[in-house]
Amino acid sequence: MNSILARALLAALALPAFVVGCATAPSDAELTAKADATLKASFREQGQAKLDRLDQDDTQRTCSAYAGKPLPKEVAQRIEQANLAAIRWPADGRYIGDWKTGEKIAQEGRGMQYSDDPKGPVGANCYACHRLAPQELSYGTIGPSLYQFGKLRGNTEDTRKYAYGKIWNADAYNACTNMPRFGHRGILTEAQVKDLVALLVDPESPVNK
Amino acid sequence: MTGRRLRFGAIVLSFAASWALGQTSTVDEIAKYRAALQEGNPAELWEARGEALWKQARGPKNVSLERCDLGLGPGIVKGAYAQLPRYFPDADRVQDLETRLVWCVVSLQGFSEVDARKGPFGGPDRKSDLEALVAWITSESRGVKMNVPQSHPKEREAYAVGEKIFYFRGGTHDFACATCHGEDAKRIRLQDLPNLTTPQGAQKAYTTWPAYRVSQGELRTFQWRLNDCFRQQRFPELVFTSDASIALTTFLARNANGAAFDAPSIKR
Repeated sequence: MNSILARALLAALALPAFVVGCATAPSDAELTAKADATLKASFREQGQAKLDRLDQDDTQRTCSAYAGKPLPKEVAQRIEQANLAAIRWPADGRYIGDWKTGEKIAQEGRGMQYSDDPKGPVGANCYACHRLAPQELSYGTIGPSLYQFGKLRGNTEDTRKYAYGKIWNADAYNACTNMPRFGHRGILTEAQVKDLVALLVDPESPVNK
Repeated sequence: MTGRRLRFGAIVLSFAASWALGQTSTVDEIAKYRAALQEGNPAELWEARGEALWKQARGPKNVSLERCDLGLGPGIVKGAYAQLPRYFPDADRVQDLETRLVWCVVSLQGFSEVDARKGPFGGPDRKSDLEALVAWITSESRGVKMNVPQSHPKEREAYAVGEKIFYFRGGTHDFACATCHGEDAKRIRLQDLPNLTTPQGAQKAYTTWPAYRVSQGELRTFQWRLNDCFRQQRFPELVFTSDASIALTTFLARNANGAAFDAPSIKR
């Protein structure tokens, strides 16, 4: 295996000279490398957004490579398993917080942009992509409607755990989803994720009215 | 100008009043608001200033930009923007309009690189010469069909690298350009999102930049549009006229080929 890999690497290294000589189109791997290098040279750190935000983890790198193409089943499984294993479940075993605070977090669009105060607030801006409480008319459609999430699925332990895990790390359930991994990437705290779970499942939440 | 401002104010007020009427009527009202905005576009002020700047002798060499080659030959402005970005043999690289302007300001007028790149984006208390020049030059391509070339290997490479960048996921939120601009008929909150991977989506979006942004009181260029997208993507700051910005612009402009250019426009 190692020698095959070594030979493949040697072949890949020898390729650029060949390509220049023949003026054929660069390979996909070369284009990826060129795009990475171009990005690294084209940004400067600003506020809280340092250049390490361009360093991809395995999930980001793999999902970028398969973008616009079908994701092979075994690749999707690998991504989902790795992300599932990385979920930090709440130490107290409780998945639910306060839905009223959850609604504020779902509305808050600030956080993590270089123009945002590093001291916060940091929100999830759920309404940017999802319909939740019916009173909020300004909702996006990139994600599915979550109106009546708890009512339809039941306010059970399984539903709560799933909602917590999904918000913490959406790629654990749906590889290469558009949804950020809010807990895994340090965007939201454990308490904030619990408040969002409450917004989704609490019978008193406007989402379930 | 005061009359125009008043009219904008009235439109915004009636828009706000109708907000409470509900989802469908809100969308209708937004469409009406956008249509009303087309009646008078303050971008004309930027265009006029840009034309004057183009013709004015300036810089250490005290010459105008009228010999600047935007790709169709020295001094030819009409239709030039519809064929940018493109490869320029004198610079031996692919350049978008802003990059080419910086090149001309340095090589023709004798300004330093640093001075030429100063203040790419205007604000309430600072006017940007580059923005004004872009406003005028782009207005000279209004009605011209987008025809971005892919004949030089470096043009093809810029397109391919731009495509990779479009799909590059990074930052705290795993966002790529494609996260918001890779599917039809999606929106963020109430803002419709063009699908930039289809000719129809790219044509509609690309041909309407630069734009006068009513909410900002500023004319915004395509370089600004990309810069602000990456801010919202939670990336660091995209450097003005950087290689990534040119590659991405090449990808999007080329995808818009065949559509009539229709800017500077006016947006909310």
